[in-house]
Amino acid sequence: MDVLWAERSPLTAREVGRLIADRDLAPTTVMTVLDRLTRKGFLTRVRDGRAWRYEPAASRDAYIAELMLEALDMTGDRSAALTRFAQAVSGTEAEVLRKALTELEEE
Amino acid sequence: MIAAAALAALATVCALAAWRMTSVRWTWRAPRAAIALWQALGLTWGLASVGALLAYALEPWGRGVIHGLVYLVTHWREPSGLQRVGALAAGLALLTVLMAVVVVAMAQTLQARRRHRLLLSLVARDEPAVPGVRVVDHPGAAAYCVPGLKSQVVISEGTLSLLSRDELAAVLAHEDAHARERHDLVLLPFAALRWVLPWSKVVRDANASVALLVEMAADDHARLRVPPKRLATALLRFGTAGVYITPHGALGMGAENVMARVNRLVQPGPKMPARYRYGIVAGAVLLTTSAPLLWFLPQ
Repeated sequence: MDVLWAERSPLTAREVGRLIADRDLAPTTVMTVLDRLTRKGFLTRVRDGRAWRYEPAASRDAYIAELMLEALDMTGDRSAALTRFAQAVSGTEAEVLRKALTELEEE
Repeated sequence: MIAAAALAALATVCALAAWRMTSVRWTWRAPRAAIALWQALGLTWGLASVGALLAYALEPWGRGVIHGLVYLVTHWREPSGLQRVGALAAGLALLTVLMAVVVVAMAQTLQARRRHRLLLSLVARDEPAVPGVRVVDHPGAAAYCVPGLKSQVVISEGTLSLLSRDELAAVLAHEDAHARERHDLVLLPFAALRWVLPWSKVVRDANASVALLVEMAADDHARLRVPPKRLATALLRFGTAGVYITPHGALGMGAENVMARVNRLVQPGPKMPARYRYGIVAGAVLLTTSAPLLWFLPQ
């Protein structure tokens, strides 16, 4: 995915394999991974002659945003899917906490 | 009639006890025992409510709920009288709804987690400074655990810059407790009940109480391994790190809950004596066994 995100234009499996230079991957492995990511909806692909050209369906930031929305419990469904450390609070409430923090640090 | 009346009384007692439990504070001194009691109350309330309806419906046969149901299925006889048929239908419907809701909630939760894990595998990275923890490149402050057979602890880049080393260790110890004690499984049925009864204040408060107790239990676990003060400052830093709008559905309880946890860490009150804690757990066990036993009572 990182390779595809770094590139501006859609790539074929062969080009992706070449860009993952540091790892000795078989071309079929690259193709399998790309195919699976496509089926899961993370990549889109278009025919280009005999090969497929792959492109990310959404940007990396979009996925990070989705993760963080869930992590901060801002999706609205208040599911029990994740267990969180603490939640940020809003305006005036935060003021109470800020005061407590200063007091605690001065001790 | 005894079984039906006893089960109805038991359901009422559970509902009243749950209502009381949402406002008492002694639970904070023994979060683990209180969680056990909450689970017992929830389970017993469900079994007793269903049991009361069924016991009334099947009462003329004098076989109790369990054997009465077996008799009903094997001989295919319906109880006589509209009231008893109605009670039978209501009891079975309640049982189905309660079970279905938990199953659906579990399925949804598993699906949400699978998607979350998949996204993490695409965008999260490892950080040499915090081995075993996945890091997401985002300036917001987040630290959480994706529970499962192999639970995953995740923090954001923002958390790394917000907290000191000691505070980060405290947060990770807290999350480790969530992962190890599978607190998500404790919360799941309460969250499911809230989803089916969103207008019920008791259910909403119960959910919030259990969620807070789970956090306190994890805090207690963490304080055994890190200085409590570091955990407290981490909590406060987290609470004030928000540049976000309050998510809809949030109750404005945020600061109150954070302060309750901080005060517990900084000035721990006298610990609840062990005999009380064992007493609460024993009571929870007794409560849990009472409803199934009444299901067998023939009259």
